[in-house]
Amino acid sequence: MPVTFKLNGKSTTVDVAADTPLLWVLRDTLNYKGTKFGCGVGQCGACTVQRAGVAVRSCQLKISTLEGADIKTIEGLSADGTHALQKAWEELDVPQCGYCQAGQIMSAASLLDKNPNPSDADIDAAMNGNICRCATYIRIRAGIKRAAEIKRGAGAQPASGGKPEGRPEDAPADGRPRSLFETAR
Amino acid sequence: MATSVRISTKKNLDRRGFLRVSSIAGGGMMIAVYAPELEAMAAKLSGNTKNTRRADYTPNAFIKITPDNIITITSKNPEIGQGVKTHLSMVIADELDVDWKDVRIVQGDHNPAIYGGQGAGGSTATPQNWNYLRQVGAYGRSLLVAAAAATWSVPESELTTASGTVFHKASNRSMKYGALADKAATLVPATQLNQQALAALTTLKLKDPSEYKIIGTKVPGYDTHKIVTGQPLYGIDFTMPGMLYATYVKCAVFAGKATSANLDDIKKEPGIRHAFILEEPAPQLGQNGTPMPRNLAGLLSGVAIIGDSWWQVQSAKKKLNVQWDEGTTVNDSSAGFHATAETLSKGTPNRNLRKDGDFAAAYASAAKKVDAMYFIPFISHAPLEPQNTAALFKDGKLELWSATQQPTSGRQLVVNTLNIKTEDITLHIMRSGGGFGRRLTNDYMVEAAAIAKAVPGVPVKLLWTREEDIQHDFYRPVQWHYFSGGVDAAGKLVAWRDHYMSTGPDANTFGNSAAIGNNEFPARFIRNFQLEASIIPSGVPTGALRAPGSNGIAFAVQCYIDELAEAAKKDPVEFRRDLLSQWQADAPPPAPAGGAGGPPGGGRGGPGGPGGPGGQPQFDAGRMRAVLDLVAEKAGWGKTTLPNGTGMGVAFHYSHLGYFAEVVQATVSKAGAIKVDKVWMAGDVGSQVINPLHAENQAQGGVLDGLAEALGQEITIEKGRVVQTNFGTNANQFALMRIRQACPVEINFLKTNNPPTGLGEPMLPPAVAGLVNAVYAATGKRVRALPLSKADLKWG
Repeated sequence: MPVTFKLNGKSTTVDVAADTPLLWVLRDTLNYKGTKFGCGVGQCGACTVQRAGVAVRSCQLKISTLEGADIKTIEGLSADGTHALQKAWEELDVPQCGYCQAGQIMSAASLLDKNPNPSDADIDAAMNGNICRCATYIRIRAGIKRAAEIKRGAGAQPASGGKPEGRPEDAPADGRPRSLFETAR
Repeated sequence: MATSVRISTKKNLDRRGFLRVSSIAGGGMMIAVYAPELEAMAAKLSGNTKNTRRADYTPNAFIKITPDNIITITSKNPEIGQGVKTHLSMVIADELDVDWKDVRIVQGDHNPAIYGGQGAGGSTATPQNWNYLRQVGAYGRSLLVAAAAATWSVPESELTTASGTVFHKASNRSMKYGALADKAATLVPATQLNQQALAALTTLKLKDPSEYKIIGTKVPGYDTHKIVTGQPLYGIDFTMPGMLYATYVKCAVFAGKATSANLDDIKKEPGIRHAFILEEPAPQLGQNGTPMPRNLAGLLSGVAIIGDSWWQVQSAKKKLNVQWDEGTTVNDSSAGFHATAETLSKGTPNRNLRKDGDFAAAYASAAKKVDAMYFIPFISHAPLEPQNTAALFKDGKLELWSATQQPTSGRQLVVNTLNIKTEDITLHIMRSGGGFGRRLTNDYMVEAAAIAKAVPGVPVKLLWTREEDIQHDFYRPVQWHYFSGGVDAAGKLVAWRDHYMSTGPDANTFGNSAAIGNNEFPARFIRNFQLEASIIPSGVPTGALRAPGSNGIAFAVQCYIDELAEAAKKDPVEFRRDLLSQWQADAPPPAPAGGAGGPPGGGRGGPGGPGGPGGQPQFDAGRMRAVLDLVAEKAGWGKTTLPNGTGMGVAFHYSHLGYFAEVVQATVSKAGAIKVDKVWMAGDVGSQVINPLHAENQAQGGVLDGLAEALGQEITIEKGRVVQTNFGTNANQFALMRIRQACPVEINFLKTNNPPTGLGEPMLPPAVAGLVNAVYAATGKRVRALPLSKADLKWG
């Protein structure tokens, strides 16, 4: 059945089985690979996206319930990869394997929208549904606090050389999914 | 034009490789390692031209320098979150003397002929590559310097380098590497390929650590930007035009066989293209023609469903009805394994692994005796990215895209199972969403290959569900330690006996990663020491999990040491210092490893480490004493007054060539709920931490991983199958750590004059024991069976 919803600001129509979870529509139908599959039962948070600004588990959302919904994924969090959380994550080098981090960032973005200056307890409460198997939790807490600073205008101060400039493969995320097949070849 | 020079040092004799320098069409140079050419030359020199094989030239290169002054480094090892893609490239870049901002890194495909070893496991990448990759970088730099010397007609000794530029200060001239690369590529004449040139190469001057500009600095992960912007990176992200999706359903009882299924019904489901049963291949024949044991880490019988989308194959799977032959292990259970262990503990051990002095006499005359049984459960690796591989079988050739820790053994498994030649397989190494040892076993890769071979010409991606991942793992083996020991009147540990047990396919064979080494601490620190082992037959597949063996052994040994310290009325840190001073220099070296019958035990170093007696790494008591002293000082051990219900525990362990001591502080509520307050870690991984930014992250994560194992992780078996199905917090689900449980972890590295070693694993084991010892200090309750969530910790 055709369903039309807003994805990262753009009207998008898909025609798949009604019970298909949003996660698989994003990943396999629309080729947005940033949203990850971890458990399929809403326990790990790797598939977190925002619906009307609220962090939700896309593996638990049937596409048939999303007519007219406003969905934002990691690819649409910022126009050019410079959301305060993305800056903070790079500055502190939060990821290890990195697989959960898109979900972590989407949950954290919802938290910062509601609470611009979260305490450790606020962070733990908001982020407890997002598992990091590498246990980068100490840096996730620090990253959220650093992003809150950046949002308040403290500016980025890379601890090191930061991201190399002008790497061609680091072209800003523009929301346009790219094929790993192309980049792997 | 290409010239090859062999590079090796005394410490690197096993790492045969040619450094081959060549031009790039369009300008620039590249340096590749080229092992087959060495073989070809050796064959030629020996007059054997018949078997001379010359591998095709391939553009894969370790270092590429192009006229735009960009340095492209190929990362050869799989990246699983341990940071090698960044930090091994840092090593090359520093010796090459270029700026990090000019470095690009690409993941190399699987090609051991060019790159040598390509694995992720055992914390081996750093110790195995430290000298080698510095030489690769320094060799590149030496060629560029030579090119500048030739261009300007000045002696090389007057030239310096920095930031990818060669300088001649006397004439105030400089040239960028990009401008010199063409010349450098054609500089080394073939005639130099003689013994003198080789000798010169092995004496290449490497930087003094004071000259490092990249090594030892905080460098963010090369892929971090891609990760935080959601770009495709991982095996699961791979896609290509026309690709179909597959699921593979196996028997819930390990290694059961599918005898029939309602395949015709399944094929009628929406989007389903194929459904078929794959048979387990017949066992290979041994030398005397008898069948080898079944390979439970290979292709097992199951039902493949292939369709247009992964969700469609999952939907069809719900209607699948399979008749299974559940096999002979259908009555396996955790309760049954416990009962067998209890019985075996009362009998004669299956084998004696070590006997120093006279345990029986020392135990009989000990002033205080302690007997205790420790238990460590099965646990699952649970990397967050479920197992997957994409495969295309076309015109007799197989192409694979796989997140794997051991690509070489994966390819071999495919060769052995599917009768495809090695040279007909291309394997692309994808970034792994976590490894932890799970992806050392390539069962999912051979499944994808077998499925693709059944539908030639069509690319297929196999992706497991979380349930399949948890129920078809190669679990961290269970361990039982039946300890008896005693201290003398002065409080000295004088007698130690451990009857160790784990599981295996039969009573005489340990399962994968289930054996214990005969050199494991405290062997050689106690005069009367006995280590024995027995094996419990089981159908549960086992395998290495982060700090294999050690993650259980350290818990049992370091907690039992605390019990003996209490019997001796000594402080746990002081008791350990005494023990470390009791090195038995006259104790016999361990017997040959045949007795252990399994993976490396005692010390658990990686290949390339310093050899101790019997070829196993030596335990250096001085290095351990130093990290123990450091962590005690940092934690304020014995100097802090803690409230009731709060306690500190200490533990140390040596594994993967690293020395780690940790203090854990935990608070237990009167109702028995544990909150870990803080962990202090002190570690010695040698003279250099290559990337401190990632090292701190890795060490903190490893410590928290150990706490998570202790707090709540267990896989249980009933009716031959795994009880747990997915992540969750109730007793029947698998509990990964969540952010609420994550405490501050203070990382201290003690730099010592030893070669740098790996940091993927050795920080984990002491955290497990440290927490359990802290819980005892807090509550007076000694927990001898993990996880802590099953213990009653109410107090007061």
